[in-house]
Amino acid sequence: MWKEQKKYDCIVVGGGPAGSTFARVAAESGLSVLLLEKDRDIGMPVRCGEAVSDAGLRIFYEPNPRWIASTITRMKLVAPNETVVEFDLNEKGYILDRRIFDYDLAEYATKAGAMIVTKAYVDGLLIEEDKVVGVQGVHIGERFEKRAKIVIGADGVESRVGRWAGLKTTCKLKDMESGIQKTVTGIDVHEHMFEFYLSKHWAPGGYIWVFPKGKNKANIGLGILGSYAKNGKAAHQYLDEFLEWKYPQASVLTTVVGGIPVAKTVKEMVSDGLMLIGDAAHMVNPVTGGGIIPGMRSGLLAAETAVKALNNGGPTKRNLQPYEKAWHKVGGKSHERFYRIKEAIYRFTDDDLNRIADGMSGIPENERSLFKLFSIAVRKKPSLLIDVARVFAGV
Amino acid sequence: MIEVAENKCDFCGCCVGVCPVNCIEVKEADIIIDHEICIDCDICVFICPIEVLSQTDPKRSSSSEAA
Repeated sequence: MWKEQKKYDCIVVGGGPAGSTFARVAAESGLSVLLLEKDRDIGMPVRCGEAVSDAGLRIFYEPNPRWIASTITRMKLVAPNETVVEFDLNEKGYILDRRIFDYDLAEYATKAGAMIVTKAYVDGLLIEEDKVVGVQGVHIGERFEKRAKIVIGADGVESRVGRWAGLKTTCKLKDMESGIQKTVTGIDVHEHMFEFYLSKHWAPGGYIWVFPKGKNKANIGLGILGSYAKNGKAAHQYLDEFLEWKYPQASVLTTVVGGIPVAKTVKEMVSDGLMLIGDAAHMVNPVTGGGIIPGMRSGLLAAETAVKALNNGGPTKRNLQPYEKAWHKVGGKSHERFYRIKEAIYRFTDDDLNRIADGMSGIPENERSLFKLFSIAVRKKPSLLIDVARVFAGV
Repeated sequence: MIEVAENKCDFCGCCVGVCPVNCIEVKEADIIIDHEICIDCDICVFICPIEVLSQTDPKRSSSSEAA
């Protein structure tokens, strides 16, 4: 029982895909793992558009049909002047049902030997001689203290765990999207197509997404960049206006809100006895806003480093730093490139966006691709063209 | 002073993520601002997707008296 056990090798704070992936891999390697989730449910509330690429998901898990609400093969862009550009995607994607997906990932972690506890709210770290040695918090009204060799902050966009250990996880306003999403039904959507609406008018510094979950249901949401949120109009007003315009007949099944970090990854992801993964380390792709795959990747890499550190020399900052190096090797470069692209494209005016859509419209449909789209978007900035070429070549 | 309309809050933690002085705490269904630490920078007011937070002092300056 977790109540009796006072010490673990690893304590993971947060039960999203990053935390559960860390817990599974660490437990499979023989470490004792306790995962603490503050909410009453794993996977709920779903603060996410739920989109992933098939190739990305496959790195970590064989896609299970029960996770998949829709398979996506095509995308549609709508420009500010309502020019529509459609094309088939080079690789397919999915809209997941995160309630089922997150549950299953937590079960995999449990099968590997990890202990998962919900309604366990961590409100501080145990720190001795400047080293993190555990966590404290409340579980259904009862205070608890647990010691661990390594604490893993998988606590999402809030990332207080990192701050308690002195790591700089605060997101600047210009690097945070203010997000809202409604899962709506009673509408007609193309079951296999992502839809994106791009305009300063619809979602300044972000975009509106329509992600189908079948023929009559979709996640419809948007993010507006913090720099624009200053103007006094909040994300929910933008979304309500869009729904009123496009889907006035929609019934709303779920409304969720949340921040989407579109930042550089945090500079220091580890300290003595502590590692940060997923959104807590700002691993969300700054252009797409996708955080599931980078989160799971960081969970896997952090677990591999944790196992090595505990078997060899202990969880010192120096011994945990290989995780940062591994991250920079696998995803860091491309993250930096995406960040530079984001910094350029969020400044685009509606005229710029219209020109990009016109440029795409001029290309035969079978020659259109995301690579072409981004190449046209940054055409006037040759340095970014290299970034675009490299992120799409995967180097 | 930053005021919280608690009945509107979805407890997403977005405000916590941008708070430069770490004075906001969001639990499963609870949001608390430590006004002793808060510097009234209003960043949380701007980022909240559903206008839960608001600044009660219309004339305060962004560098106003921290505790």
